[in-house]
Amino acid sequence: MNRVLRAAGRLWAVPVVLVVWELVTRAAEDLSFPPPTTIAASMYEMWLTGPAERLWLTEAALENIPASVGRLLAGWLLAGVIGIALGIAMGRLPLLFRFLDPLVQFARAIPPPMLLPFFMALFAIGPRMQINVIVFGIIWPVLINAGEGARLVDRQHLDTARVFGLSRGQRLFQIILPSAMPKIFAGLRVSLSLALILMVISELVGSTDGIGFQLLDAQRSYDLPGVWGTIVVLGVLGYVLNSAFLAAERRVLSWHRAAKQTT
Amino acid sequence: MIGRRLLDSKPLCGALGAAGLFCVLEATGRTGLISPIVFPLASTVLGRAVELATDADFLLDVVSTLGAWALGLLLTVVIAVPAGFVLGTLPRAETALRPILEFLRPIPSLALIPLALALFSDKFDMKITLIVYAATWPVLMNTLYGLKDVDPLAKETLRSFGFGPLSVLWRVSLPSTAPFVATGVRLASAIALIVAISVELLAGGSDGIGVFLIEVGGSPDAMVYIIATAIWAGVIGLVSDSLFVLAERRIFRWHTARTEVV
Amino acid sequence: MLEISNLTHTYGSGPSAHNALGGIDLTVAEGELVCIVGPSGCGKSTLLRSIAGLLRPTGGQVVLNGSPVEQTPDNLAVVFQDYSRSLFPWMSVADNVSLPLRRKGMDKKQRKEAALEALEQVGLEGAGAKYPWQLSGGMQQRVSIARALAYRPALLLMDEPFGSVDAQTREELEDLTLRVRGHHNMTIVLITHDIDESVYVGDRVVVLSKAPAGIVGDLRVDLPGPRDQITTREHPDFVHLRAEVGRLVRGMRSQPASASQ
Repeated sequence: MNRVLRAAGRLWAVPVVLVVWELVTRAAEDLSFPPPTTIAASMYEMWLTGPAERLWLTEAALENIPASVGRLLAGWLLAGVIGIALGIAMGRLPLLFRFLDPLVQFARAIPPPMLLPFFMALFAIGPRMQINVIVFGIIWPVLINAGEGARLVDRQHLDTARVFGLSRGQRLFQIILPSAMPKIFAGLRVSLSLALILMVISELVGSTDGIGFQLLDAQRSYDLPGVWGTIVVLGVLGYVLNSAFLAAERRVLSWHRAAKQTT
Repeated sequence: MIGRRLLDSKPLCGALGAAGLFCVLEATGRTGLISPIVFPLASTVLGRAVELATDADFLLDVVSTLGAWALGLLLTVVIAVPAGFVLGTLPRAETALRPILEFLRPIPSLALIPLALALFSDKFDMKITLIVYAATWPVLMNTLYGLKDVDPLAKETLRSFGFGPLSVLWRVSLPSTAPFVATGVRLASAIALIVAISVELLAGGSDGIGVFLIEVGGSPDAMVYIIATAIWAGVIGLVSDSLFVLAERRIFRWHTARTEVV
Repeated sequence: MLEISNLTHTYGSGPSAHNALGGIDLTVAEGELVCIVGPSGCGKSTLLRSIAGLLRPTGGQVVLNGSPVEQTPDNLAVVFQDYSRSLFPWMSVADNVSLPLRRKGMDKKQRKEAALEALEQVGLEGAGAKYPWQLSGGMQQRVSIARALAYRPALLLMDEPFGSVDAQTREELEDLTLRVRGHHNMTIVLITHDIDESVYVGDRVVVLSKAPAGIVGDLRVDLPGPRDQITTREHPDFVHLRAEVGRLVRGMRSQPASASQ
């Protein structure tokens, strides 16, 4: 009960804003700014009017949302694996770092939307092009953070590992990787929000399915409530992904937060 | 011995790395491993990049993008910094607005392009609006974060000498938050460039780097143009970021704890 | 069992070179507990890192059990001063202790048993499932000692092992070291800058000079055992030896009557 009250104390502005928005848009009657209830109705119409045996999800919902999320996660995981491997190699091999760092810094500075025309020309429209855009657009924060984490492993941790005769593989997986984990997670988090952006933009220019495609479709057919509704869904998706990531981070890095608090 | 010394030089290694990449790409094209029709020769691309530097049309497009970028960034600072200070000094307003900010923040700003297309008739206004919207987040969040970081002891010291809340804000909160604001602006500048180019690519318009890319898209050596343009976009991104970092180091030499929230 | 001959080490080269070790000759017999004491910054840690094989000295040789030290030897363990940086915060206490035992070819069950046994010896039974940062500083250093014990090294190096704990814990850990030493018959080289500690713990005290470090004194400690924090420290021989070591550390000439033997 107390928790409910406290939540109400924190969230009271949300219904207020919604009501004001509703009243203002109803009074203004501007087609570009539909009232929230209209947006909600349109969202319901778009995604939740399917048959009961499919949990009322419409064909559009079953087709577009998994396609988008699938590409997003595939790109993110791929970028994560490659970025961590390359980053740790660069972090532990000073010579490799000196050779590749300027190239990495340069690649990172290229605004990711520049990748769109490039991969569209290379692969034509489709998931291959979209996943490539995502991977190349989001790999840099992971790579740079993993490199920094691996470079800054405490020397005494490494000395201890050497004294007790840990093999190269053990040092990599038991010492270097866990040490770099807090930094890697910071990079992965930035990459995840970037991945959502690149997923949307790659679907806006070159796709036949996905949430971004649905957004473009709604805009082309002047279905403004549909446009607003799709944006809301993207916001919810971003919120869910970020929350899930933070929950995973809390679990994996519990030692890190606690160790930082006590020392 | 000399070899080792040379390998200790950072710029030399970097140049060697870049030259190595160039040679590998050139060789894969020349030997036919990857057909130059699919992926142009590195030398062709580099030559085109040099040509673009004197291409009046391209330069106009670059200036146009940079103009929108600078204007958007300026407006962002003018809006987001005071907003951050208001929210940061009024804790009640912040707790009330927090949930709304937390909902708006994860919406990918580029997803607003289709909506903006319906709302705006003028492409330039639309571009600036989207830049300001997207770039506001890092500035606002870093300002709020910086205000929380202000040393309460410093504030109490001034207050004990009889200074009012406004002069405490001016003399303590503002200077100690400034480095965080600067970090936010640096992050925002990268975002602003991304949004500017994305809007040009998706919504078209009369000029801009993205528009240039659309225009050359139809030409037979589109790929050469695309990569050459990407190189220049990278240079612009790198230079602006380095300038911001340099300025931060200069202005805030006293500020050691460098933190950023995205 | 440990023979160090004419060990020198110089950091860097040219005009900025720092000469840390200036020719050290030292022999440690099996089962001995030797304390190396010297002023701060004299090169004690450089000496320890050379013995542990963590650093390749620029001159001279370290021979352990007949074979020259080139990489980290497998029958040697180190207890570092800074326990918070030598224990791995992402592993439980038991995992920290059993991690090095993989090298000994033990299976999972054996490793666990050995770790629990070592933790019991240092008085930490039941703490295996905890994380290092959940323990006090003194307890963390006990974990490091347990890790070294479980490893069963022929030579145990201790680098200012009690330098980061409070005075009372320090006494407890000194006694713990003396106690476990009896169980395992290890050879121990303990580096410290605390003169009292060196005399209290050691069978022998080796005094280093300021950098470049050289040996300026090598004193045998013949105190009646078992040692006790109160009675040993008030024993006339202890008081005398402490003064003697203190003089050597400050660079004063020793009294002829009690010169090194």
